[in-house]
Amino acid sequence: MSLQTRPRGLLQHLPMAGPALVLTVFFLVPFGIMVAYSFFHRVEGGFYEPAFELANYARFLTPLFLGVLGFSLTVCALAAVLCTAAAVPFTWFLARLSPRGQTAWLVFILSVLSLSEVIIGFAWSTLLSRSAGISNLFVALGLIETPQAYSPSFLALLLGMCFITFPYTVLVLYPSVTRLDPEVTEAARTLGASPLRTFFTVVVPSLRQAVLATLVLVFVFTLGVYVLPQLLGEPQHWTLSVFITDQAIYQSNIPFAAAVAVFLMLVSLALIGLTLLAGGGRKP
Amino acid sequence: MRKTTYRYDPSRRTVLKFSAAAAAAGVVALKAPSVFAQDRSIKVGTYGGYFEESFRKHIFPEFTKATGITVESVPEPTGEAWLVQLEQAAKAGVAPADVNMIAQVPMIRGIRGDLWQRLDMAKMPNAAKVFEDYLNTYPDGGVAGVPAVAWFITLVTNTETYADAPQSWKFFWDGAGKNSLGLLALASNSFMLDIAAKTYFPGQDVLKSEDGIQKVLDKIAELKPNVALWYRDEGQFQNALQTGEIPAGQYYHDVTGLAAADGFPVRSTFPQEGGVADRGSWAVTKACKKVEEAQVFIDYMCQPAVQATLARKVGTAPVIPRDLMDLSAEEFAAVSSDTAPIIPDYTLYTDKGDWVNERWTAMITG
Repeated sequence: MSLQTRPRGLLQHLPMAGPALVLTVFFLVPFGIMVAYSFFHRVEGGFYEPAFELANYARFLTPLFLGVLGFSLTVCALAAVLCTAAAVPFTWFLARLSPRGQTAWLVFILSVLSLSEVIIGFAWSTLLSRSAGISNLFVALGLIETPQAYSPSFLALLLGMCFITFPYTVLVLYPSVTRLDPEVTEAARTLGASPLRTFFTVVVPSLRQAVLATLVLVFVFTLGVYVLPQLLGEPQHWTLSVFITDQAIYQSNIPFAAAVAVFLMLVSLALIGLTLLAGGGRKP
Repeated sequence: MRKTTYRYDPSRRTVLKFSAAAAAAGVVALKAPSVFAQDRSIKVGTYGGYFEESFRKHIFPEFTKATGITVESVPEPTGEAWLVQLEQAAKAGVAPADVNMIAQVPMIRGIRGDLWQRLDMAKMPNAAKVFEDYLNTYPDGGVAGVPAVAWFITLVTNTETYADAPQSWKFFWDGAGKNSLGLLALASNSFMLDIAAKTYFPGQDVLKSEDGIQKVLDKIAELKPNVALWYRDEGQFQNALQTGEIPAGQYYHDVTGLAAADGFPVRSTFPQEGGVADRGSWAVTKACKKVEEAQVFIDYMCQPAVQATLARKVGTAPVIPRDLMDLSAEEFAAVSSDTAPIIPDYTLYTDKGDWVNERWTAMITG
């Protein structure tokens, strides 16, 4: 293909036809249907009728649902920051291990991906329970007097969200971390920087793009999580995804569920755009 | 809804459809006359998981023996997802199952949306035996659904935590203690509005006005500090109840009885105000082309002997009067009670559904 980077002419565009068709049929069309439904008329006690009205969006713009939206965005942003903050040093140390050690860790981390949200939620709710959970260990160690239930709670939910996204963050960061030129950090050390200082002033800035991508990934991924908030959170910790499920599955209110989903997507797209705009200003 | 696990298995059904089509083609090609008797079959939908398994094991084979009609068992997904699928399929002229077990709120939605076929009571003589209030009818009297099975939501406690069985739903408010209750998360499946209205107000009439509903919601809000878990998933609460993690709450009478029989320290009590009697109905969508067979099935299910088998093998409460069946006192107590039940006011969750659900959400998340 010499140095030519962009395909030219119909023939060279042909290989893209397949993916484009798949994207249209399986993504754009269903998404279009969802947008259309969000304007339909809800028949209370029945189903819905085709219409064009803004009632579903108007219902969403009330303190109750806006409060839930605010909470969802906050908890997902927090999970993104915490998870990435844990994953960057982890991946950094991982990349320093022997190839055999790296493989072992990566296989272990990948195996976590085989667990479903339901299993992870149940496992954590047991681990954090009063009767069988980790607090019994604390009692045995003499740290606390009596066993306590740590779930459902805000921290339990945050923990579950970080756990479920951690493998993805490591996988996103890993290529960038292994490509880091070791001479750069060596130079920093030679010039007298402490290992900690080297990590924060040299390693982290050179990973800026990857870190940003990780933050966005965790944020978007956790926005879609809807089992964990039910299993690990109290009612005030139920995210918008839980309410969308309630509307669609328990109240047959497809138009409202669609409107909330569209709104959630627009807000998260806007936030992601802002993040990339703020972070992508200059190349590292 | 109840006893459900989300299970949608299109591949298996598609395979069955294709093999049925292949068999049909084969029949035409061979002009085999002897298969006519085998030809009568219906697809019956029940909640996937425990229900579907029990029906497949204890009920459908006997039905086939009695009528010659073979049954293809279809597991329904949880909540109202099945209703949405049935409605979409009916628009396309397809019936994913011929007879469906449907809970009361989706039953009403289907009536409003004119989804259900009118059933002919004359073709189902046994259906005349069911509790008349339990029939689902169109405004003009046409029958849209026939009761299938009933079940009770009762007050359940861990026997190691509470030595004495509580007598009243008031226990939730003043006897259970902080962080000790597991309650169902939605207004439309916990029926706490109906329970609180019957317990603390003159009766369910208070729920006829929005002011009244708000008063009942305020009463329910008082017990929030006592609630450790608002659950959607039954497994989550049952496990916590058995271990004593959450020692009390509302749950299904029959499942609690099974757990107690397995040796777990749990008990189910019908409070003096009554247990909540909820139920499922058989319904047939307008897209179904096997109404004759469907009616044979529904009629069969209403027979006293079959209702007794359901009580013994599936653990559901009968939808026909007790004196028609040969259930022993013990067998009857395992699935039901002589205490007058609380029958939910389902219109609360349909006519006023959006408002009630929104106020409920505001109450429990606030």
